[in-house]
Amino acid sequence: MASLDEHYDPTPGDDELEAHLQTRNMVVNLGPSHPATHGTVRLRIELDGETIVKMDPEIGFLHRGFQKSCENTTWTNVLPYTDRLDYVASLTNNFGYLTAVEALIGLEIPQRAKYIRVIGAELHRIASHLTTIGALGLELGGFSAFLYAIEARELITDRVAELTGARLTTSYGRIGGLNRDLPAGWDEKVLKSLIKIEELLDETDRLLTRNRIFTDRMRGTGVITTDDALDFGFTGPCLRANGVNYDVRKAKPYWAYDQLDFEVPLGHNGDNFDRYYLRVLEIHQSLKMIRQAFKQLPAGPVMIDDWRIALPPKEQVYSTIEGVIAHFKLVMEGVPVPPGEIYHATEAANGELGWYLRSDGSGRPYKCHVRAPGFQILSGLAKMCEGRMLADLIPTFDTINMIGGEVEQ
Amino acid sequence: MSTFALDQIQHQLPEALVERYVDRHGDAWGVIKPEQIPHVARLLKERLGFRLFISMDAVDRLHLPPEEQEPRFEVLYFLRNVERNELARLKVRVNEGDEVHSIRAVYQGANWGERFVWDFYGVTFKGHGDLRRMLMYEAFKGHALRKDYPLRGRQGLIPERPLKDIFRGPGTNGVAD
Repeated sequence: MASLDEHYDPTPGDDELEAHLQTRNMVVNLGPSHPATHGTVRLRIELDGETIVKMDPEIGFLHRGFQKSCENTTWTNVLPYTDRLDYVASLTNNFGYLTAVEALIGLEIPQRAKYIRVIGAELHRIASHLTTIGALGLELGGFSAFLYAIEARELITDRVAELTGARLTTSYGRIGGLNRDLPAGWDEKVLKSLIKIEELLDETDRLLTRNRIFTDRMRGTGVITTDDALDFGFTGPCLRANGVNYDVRKAKPYWAYDQLDFEVPLGHNGDNFDRYYLRVLEIHQSLKMIRQAFKQLPAGPVMIDDWRIALPPKEQVYSTIEGVIAHFKLVMEGVPVPPGEIYHATEAANGELGWYLRSDGSGRPYKCHVRAPGFQILSGLAKMCEGRMLADLIPTFDTINMIGGEVEQ
Repeated sequence: MSTFALDQIQHQLPEALVERYVDRHGDAWGVIKPEQIPHVARLLKERLGFRLFISMDAVDRLHLPPEEQEPRFEVLYFLRNVERNELARLKVRVNEGDEVHSIRAVYQGANWGERFVWDFYGVTFKGHGDLRRMLMYEAFKGHALRKDYPLRGRQGLIPERPLKDIFRGPGTNGVAD
């Protein structure tokens, strides 16, 4: 036993207590099949303790050759593939694609079709935002918020099913307008559903926005600077959370957006909380837009009257030679799109959904590039997480709302 | 349609611009030399305010009319100036085996875009530094969006490798055997 020195002090000094432990970096796989990665993304994370040192998202598990399929089918037959891009909000994809093709042809669609497209797209924007908010609550431990949000989304899904005949894979609309008009009494039903959705949204909002546990995990986490956000190509709520006022609906109005009175909410911190709360505010704007669109909804046809592009009515097909020829040519050869190229963008739920379409005049897309908003945003995820805690990754991953279908094409 | 971006490129970097044209919708396009694209990108981003990276892709022109087939690939760049509300549409034309200079150092968003173009068209980017496949798996042979890649082209399954350590995820991820 060592002799006791009279100067011996048994309490360790500060430098000893704070001595840096030599930890070894650990590599963790998150995904590709993990409850918190809604899509199938694999995040290879290098950890120092609980801090993320390096992160490398690996995608492609849901790749199904979207572009290759498009290049080998007619312009109209691309439509079902677009359902599967952002499968939470398929109407925005359907209409986005159709509008790009119409712009390439140089086609003006009837007013009524424009308004119905606004209604459909805004309904699905609400559905997408509700899913984001609900899943976000769920993954931070608030199961009831998820249930309220999904109940509201279910109402939209039901209305969409009445409109298009499908709950998720809508394939609604055709080049030149819409394949069918609104069902009878549908507007009343939607307006009633909107009231219920608003109530449920308020419930969700109250459960989350002023919840201390929730806000503590959201504020100041997953921050990205405005420069980086622009640099990575963030669009939609993720970019507007940084206060950049860029919304395709305002920047280059399409359909009937220039006729509607709405605002683009902006954040200023670029953190998870702003991205979350912007979505809540955007839902309110979308509700307002749908109500306005129903008020302004003009009567008239929903499809252009041009048999080179629109299918002729069935009675004409069965009784006239012109009808038979037009029908045959449309089904066998597809819509004639003149040679040319275009980049056209619409605002999807997650940001700018852009299409670079190229036609060689053969009746099939020569090139069909889709600029999925989630692709660019996911590429910036590593920047948002490196140097931060592992636990912050989950809310960050939720608020960027990566959808596997569009990112992995 | 505003042609501010192309006017400025023509004025400040005339040697970079190969061709400019307006398509039938009135949108302006600029064709840039493959080795000049980083300079053009830097000019657009730092001096002209085109700070929002929109997208990148490529076109394989193999099946276009003969006069448009040469060079074979067309790499597309879309950059946006939010304040001016203008989209710059740029193209770089290269043949197989030629290199395009990478703009990853200018726009971080081009990282995945260039990996995507490499994955699906086999166009290489000089100075990218981390040019891996984006969506397809490492063992995939060929480039799927080339026009001469068959629609129903099938490749054999990758033999399952023994589970060695945590670095190996499902499929292959570049860890050497």
